[in-house]
Amino acid sequence: MYARNALRAATALCLVAGGGAFADTITVATVNNGDMIRMQGLTEDFTARTGHEVEWVTLEENVLRQRVTTDITTKGGQFDVMTIGMYETPIWGKNGWLIPLDDLSADYDVDDLLPAMRDGLSHDGTLYAAPFYGESSMIMYRKDLMEKAGLTMPDAPDWDFVAEAARAMTDKAGETYGICLRGKAGWGENMAFLTTLANSFGARWFDEDWKPQFDSPEWKAAIDFYLDLMADAGPPGASGNGFNENLSLFQQGKCGMWIDATVAASFVTNPDDSAVADKVGFALAPDDGKGKRANWLWAWALAIPAGTDNAEAATAFIEWATSKDYIELVAAKEGWANVPPGARTSLYENPNYKDIPFAEMTLDSIKAADPLDPTVDPVPYVGIQFVAIPEFAGIATQTGQEFSAALAGQQTADEALEKAQAITAEEMEAAGY
Amino acid sequence: MARAVTNRRKSVNTILAWIVGLVIFFPILWTILTSFKTEAQAISSPPVFLFFDWTLENYGVVQERSDYMRFLWNSVIIAGGSTLIGVIIAVPAAWSMAFVPSRRTKDILLWMLSTKMLPAVGVLYPIYLMFIRLGLLDTRTGLVIVVMLINLPIIVWMLYTYFREIPVDILEAARMDGASLKEEILHVLTPMAVPGIASTLLLNFILAWNEAFWTLNLTAAKAAPLTAFIASYSSPEGLFFAKLSAASTMAIAPILILGWFSQKQLVRGLTFGAVK
Amino acid sequence: MATQHSRSAARLMMAPAVILLLGWMLVPLMMTLWFSFRKYLPLRGGDQGFVGFDNFVRFITSSAFWPSVQTTLVIVGGVLLITIVLGVLLAILLDQPMWGQGVVRILVIAPFFVMPTVSALVWKNMFMDPVNGLFAHLWKAFGAEPIVWLSDASLFSIILIVSWQWLPFATLILLTAIQSLDSEQLEAAEMDGAPVFSRFVYIVLPHLSRAITIVILIQTIFLLSVFAEIFVTTGGAFGTRTLTYLIYQRVLESQNVGLGSAGGVYAIILANIVAAFLMRIVGKNLDA
Repeated sequence: MYARNALRAATALCLVAGGGAFADTITVATVNNGDMIRMQGLTEDFTARTGHEVEWVTLEENVLRQRVTTDITTKGGQFDVMTIGMYETPIWGKNGWLIPLDDLSADYDVDDLLPAMRDGLSHDGTLYAAPFYGESSMIMYRKDLMEKAGLTMPDAPDWDFVAEAARAMTDKAGETYGICLRGKAGWGENMAFLTTLANSFGARWFDEDWKPQFDSPEWKAAIDFYLDLMADAGPPGASGNGFNENLSLFQQGKCGMWIDATVAASFVTNPDDSAVADKVGFALAPDDGKGKRANWLWAWALAIPAGTDNAEAATAFIEWATSKDYIELVAAKEGWANVPPGARTSLYENPNYKDIPFAEMTLDSIKAADPLDPTVDPVPYVGIQFVAIPEFAGIATQTGQEFSAALAGQQTADEALEKAQAITAEEMEAAGY
Repeated sequence: MARAVTNRRKSVNTILAWIVGLVIFFPILWTILTSFKTEAQAISSPPVFLFFDWTLENYGVVQERSDYMRFLWNSVIIAGGSTLIGVIIAVPAAWSMAFVPSRRTKDILLWMLSTKMLPAVGVLYPIYLMFIRLGLLDTRTGLVIVVMLINLPIIVWMLYTYFREIPVDILEAARMDGASLKEEILHVLTPMAVPGIASTLLLNFILAWNEAFWTLNLTAAKAAPLTAFIASYSSPEGLFFAKLSAASTMAIAPILILGWFSQKQLVRGLTFGAVK
Repeated sequence: MATQHSRSAARLMMAPAVILLLGWMLVPLMMTLWFSFRKYLPLRGGDQGFVGFDNFVRFITSSAFWPSVQTTLVIVGGVLLITIVLGVLLAILLDQPMWGQGVVRILVIAPFFVMPTVSALVWKNMFMDPVNGLFAHLWKAFGAEPIVWLSDASLFSIILIVSWQWLPFATLILLTAIQSLDSEQLEAAEMDGAPVFSRFVYIVLPHLSRAITIVILIQTIFLLSVFAEIFVTTGGAFGTRTLTYLIYQRVLESQNVGLGSAGGVYAIILANIVAAFLMRIVGKNLDA
C-alpha cells in the first residue's frame, strides 16, 4: 500500500517536473461538425503539450444545446468546456455562469481575434467564450450554370438579380434548382436565414418598445419574396432542408445558388465530397438597396462554466484549440482549406491562406455584419440573425415552424405572419415584457 | 390429393410470408447494406443494392471517432443492471399479487402501469436537480435506477400474468405436503416461472436498451450508452448516410443478435396473459 | 383460502415495488405540481416565486394546446389501428404452415429491436428524403413526382414510422394468442362450410379479443409519450406537435419550467382520462 502511494507520488512529481502542472482530465462538450471532429482527432497534441487528458461528449447540435443548457442552468457541473454559440454567450455571461476569459496568456494574442467575433462573444466588454470558428453567410454559386444562363454574378448582388438568376438557372426536369435556401424549422435553421433576409428588406423582430413586428409590410414583402422564389426555383421538399440537406444538394450539383454559412465553402470546394468542387464561385449576400446586406454573424465558441474544478486545464484547452498554433497544426495535417476559419485576423493575413478561393469573400462577409446595428430601423436588441434574449430560441423555433408550413404550401404567407405575430406576442408577454 | 393441396397452400403461405417479412425487415437490411457503401454510393441514383464496392471504411471512421466499446459496455450495464434489479424487486410483488390477490390487487396493478404515463420531459429539471444533489449525474448507478423504475411497472405486470397461469392446485398440493413458503417458491414455483421470467428479462432488456430520453439527458462522458453514440452521428455536416448507417448498425447489432437467439423464447413468452 | 400469515407475507413482498413506484411517481409529481405554480425561468434568474394559476391558464389558452391534444390522439389512434389490423393479419399468416417459419418470424419482429432514434433517422434520411430517399427513387421510377413525406404527409409519416416499430410487438402477442386457438374448432367450422370471413369473425376474433386489449393497453402507454420520432423527423413542425412535444418546447426550447410543468399536469390528466377509458374496456376483458 505504502509502496503504491509512493509510486503515485513519484509519478505526480515527474509530471510536475515535466509538464509544470498536475494532469487533469477535462470533459469537453461539442457539436458533431467537421471542424470539431477534426479537433477531437488532434487531442493527442493537446495532451502532449499540457499533460491534460480530454473526454469528449460529441452530440448533434440540438441535443447538445439542450444538454449544456440544462447543465448550466442547474449548475450540474458535468462539463469543463462547453461549445456554445454567439447567441448563448452574452446571455450566460451576463448571468455569471461563465468564467471570464480576461487573463489569457500573451502568446494567445487575444487582440488577434476578429473584432466582430470578439464583440459578439462578450458581454459588457468582457470576453466569455473564445471563437473556435466564425462565419457569416454568403452566396455560393455554380459558375458554369451562371454562364449557361448568360449572366454574370457581381461581387455584391441585390435580391432582384439573385431572383432573376435563380429562375434562369432552374431546370426542374434535369433536377437542377436555381436556388437552395433553408426551409427547415428552427431558430438556427430557417429563421437564421429569414431574419437576415428580412433585415435586408428593412424589417426587424421588435421595435424599440419590444413590440413584435411580424405585422409590418417589410416582413410581408420578405416572406412573399422568399415563398415566390422558392416556388419557382427551389428544390422539392425545401421545407425540410436545413444546412446539411442543402449542403448535400449543392455537393451533388443540384443547386445553382446557395446562400448559407461561409464555412460551407470549404465543403463545396472539396473534391472528395463535392461533384462541383471546381465550379463554385462566391459573392456577398444580397441586399435590397436599403443599406443592410442579408448576412449573419455566428461563431462556435468554447467557454468554461463557472464552478468547474478544472478551470486551469479548461483554460489551457481553450487556449490550445483557438490558438494560432492550432491553425498551423491543422494546416500541416489537413491543408489550409480545412483550418477553422473566421476567428483570427492573422489567418487572413497569412500568405498561405490568401490562395484559398473563398478566404477573401469570407472575411468581407464577416466585416459586412454588425451585430450591434443589425437592421435598417433601430432595435433594442443585439444580434443579427437572432435576438440575444433568453426567449428567442423558443419563439423563433415556433415561428420558424409557421414559415416552414407556409413554404410547404400548407398555409399562406399572411396566415404564417399572423401566427408568428401571435406566438411572439404570447411568449414575450409570458416572459414579462 | 389432400397432401398436394396442403403443399400448394404451404407454398403460397411461404411466398406470401417471406415477401411480407422482407418488406418489414427491409429498412434494417437497407441500413446494413448502406453501411458498407461509400458516401457517394449511398446516395447514388438509381440506388444500388448489392453490386457496389463493399467497404469497411465507415466502420473504421466511426471507431476512430468514438470509443464504441465504452458506449456498448455502458448500454449492457444499464440495460442489464436495471432489468435484473427490476425483476428481483418485481418477483415478490408479482407473486403475492398472483397468489394472494386482494380486492385492491387490480387497482394497484393498473396504478403501477399508469405511472408510466408521466411525460418524462416535464420532470427533467426536477430529476436533474435531484441527481446533482445525490451525485448521480453521469453515473451508471443513476441510470440503472431510473431505467429500472421506468420499466418496473411492465416487469411487475408481465410476471403477474405469468404467475397467474401457474395452477393453484399444485401450490395447494405442496402446502398439504407441508412445504414452507420458501420451499414453495424455490421448488414448486420457480421451475414453472422460469420461462416467464426469462421472457420478461428479455423484453425489458430491449426496452431498457432503447430508452433514449433519460440515458441521453443524464449522462456526459462516463456513463453514456449507445443512444448517445447515435446522437453524435445524426445529421453532421456533409454526406453522412453511410456513416450514419454504420453507427446505426453498430448500435442495433448487439440487440438484434440477442433477439435472433432468443426469438423462440420471445415468441412463446410475450403473452401478457393474453392467452386464456 | 389465503391465511392471515400469507396475507401479511404478501404485503411484505409487495412493499418494495409499491414503495419504489410510489416514490418514483410522487416525488416528480409533487415537484411538477410545485413548479407549475411558480414562475421558473432558468435563463432569467431561476425561481421567481408563486404565480397562482397563471401557468395553467397560459398553457391551456395557448393556440398550440388543443391542436397538440388532437395530434396526440390521432397518433395514438392511428398507430393502434394500423398495428392491430396488420398485426392480426400477420399473426394469422405466420401461424400457417410454411417453410422457414423461424426466419420469417425474426424478420417480422426485428424492427422492435431498433432504437426509436435510429429508426427515425433511417426512415427520415434513407426513405423519406425527397431527393435521395428510396421512396423518391421509387416514385421517380414510375414517373411520379416524389412526395415530400415529412412536410406534406407529416402526420402519416410519423404514424408509419411508429407503426413499423410497434407492429412486431402486436404481432407477437397476437401470434401467441392465435397459437392457443383450438384448431379442431376451426376445422369443424370449415367442414360445416362456414366461409373464411365468418370463421374469422365468429371464431378467431373473439378468441383474440383479450390479446387485442393487452396490445391496446401496453401500446397506448408507450405511444402517449412518443418523442424521439418527432424530435428527429419534424421537430414538431407541420402539425406533428404532440402534447409531450409541446411540453418539451416549453421546458427546453423556451426555458419556461413553470409553464412546462403546468403542461405536465395537463398531460397527466390526459393520460388518466385515456387510462380510465382503457381500464373500462380492459377491466371487462381482464378480470383479475
